[in-house]
Amino acid sequence: MQLVVENLSVSYGKIKALHGISFSVNQGEIVTIIGANGAGKSTTLRAISRMIPSEPGSKIEFMGESILKYNTDKVVSKLGISHVPEGRMIFGNLTVTENLTLASFARKDSGEVAKDKKWVFDLFPRLDERREQLAETLSGGEQQMLAVGRAYMSGRKIMILDEPSMGLAPLLMLDMFDALKEINALGTTILLVEQNARLALKFAQRGYVLENGRLVLQGPASELLDNPEVKKAYLGA
Amino acid sequence: MEYFLQNLINALQWGSFYAVISIGYSMVYGVLMLFNFAHGDIFMVGTYIGFGIATLLLALSSAFLPGWMIFILTVVVTMFLASFVGVFVEYVGYRPLRGAPRASAAITGLMIGIIFETGNLIILGAQRFSFPPLMESVSYNIGGVYFTNVKVLIIVASLVMMLALHTFIQKTKWGMAMRAMSYDFLAVPLMGVSINVIAPLTFAIGAGLASVAGILYGQAYPVLDPYMGILLGWKAFVAAILGGRGSIMGAALAGYLLGFIEIFVAMVFPSTFRDLIAYSIILVILTFRPRGFFGMAHSTRLRL
Repeated sequence: MQLVVENLSVSYGKIKALHGISFSVNQGEIVTIIGANGAGKSTTLRAISRMIPSEPGSKIEFMGESILKYNTDKVVSKLGISHVPEGRMIFGNLTVTENLTLASFARKDSGEVAKDKKWVFDLFPRLDERREQLAETLSGGEQQMLAVGRAYMSGRKIMILDEPSMGLAPLLMLDMFDALKEINALGTTILLVEQNARLALKFAQRGYVLENGRLVLQGPASELLDNPEVKKAYLGA
Repeated sequence: MEYFLQNLINALQWGSFYAVISIGYSMVYGVLMLFNFAHGDIFMVGTYIGFGIATLLLALSSAFLPGWMIFILTVVVTMFLASFVGVFVEYVGYRPLRGAPRASAAITGLMIGIIFETGNLIILGAQRFSFPPLMESVSYNIGGVYFTNVKVLIIVASLVMMLALHTFIQKTKWGMAMRAMSYDFLAVPLMGVSINVIAPLTFAIGAGLASVAGILYGQAYPVLDPYMGILLGWKAFVAAILGGRGSIMGAALAGYLLGFIEIFVAMVFPSTFRDLIAYSIILVILTFRPRGFFGMAHSTRLRL
């Protein structure tokens, strides 16, 4: 297993957001965590990329190594975990190209960086057309593409995504998931959290259901799609 | 007309000091969203370092090195040493306070400033040193306007430094990271960039620039004083606010504007009125433009 999370607990002040959740992701897999707003999905991802501290007793291992000794920048640059954050967090005062260049800041393989950048522009031709534009002038969908492209530049082993479908028109959503499939096909593991459960479960191989900071269900994505509880609570059927 | 041109040159020289020093405030604010109130005293320490290096070089090598080379060597070595002062201030003063209330960081700057001033007094004593001239002053008279090669050097060297900084910030990946920090501080580590690299780098550059301003200042006003950084530092801070928080270009332009206002006020009014009137004017400007000239319209995230 590539990513192993055990007994992960996170609190914001006195409010406990995650009550010791455990899950794992295999190399090359696409895994999703679905759940309602406020269930703790973003918190889970932020704990993995060390943007927020986890409580003592929590265990997060990546390729057999504990990530808890690293800061966020090392989690990204040393371990190869890239995080597409909630709300995209692109740098609006930088051009599209600069956003991608910055994401490769810590990489020493400049030849590969140039190749990867070209690959990102091939994957998202809309970004290619807007290379020299300031990122804040991009549409929401284009900003999401940039956030994914940037994550691809920063770390290659696993990409964790926070609601990549948020705010996208239905057609763009499908494009985005196609792009993620292509990234996955090149060997990058994908862990995404989504409110759009139907889309996420169709895309992923396995899924977890997060409710009020606890994982309540897990299994192959196709089974979760057919699960009556999931249907009732998340698929609106 | 000659009188006006004469004052214009004086204003350009005087504004150069403000401009170069205020950039240090602005850069740190852009990256960490805090004003480093020790910056005026970093300027003072940088000036003393420059004084030490210049004195040493003149004593050791004036026999076989030409004057311009001693000047350049003084600038390079001083910048290098002073950058460590900036790194030190960040590491000891501000890094432990990340996440603390911003007021704590502000008074930390003030305390470091006091430590530098009194430390200087203890180490060097109360005697006043005089910055050695690094070149022979030559006066020119063009159409009734008098100026010296020192004045020209101060203005040109300041512009060159600012241009170099601009290029660094626009073209290098470190500059890119600094700009990214000013937009979204939290997202920068997600790019694999360590804030513990970018923050000290920013302080180092600010301190390096301030130390060169100190060398140039020492050429125009040679008397050194442990408290010389206070008033100059506060005024440069005003320029940084006037230029728009975090805007480097704004800080530079406002630095020159401050120089112009001070010099031209003194041209009309008695010099004791200078600061009173000059800073009243700036107060009025800020009343109408509270964000300064190039204040960022987008809301940046709070940090520290």
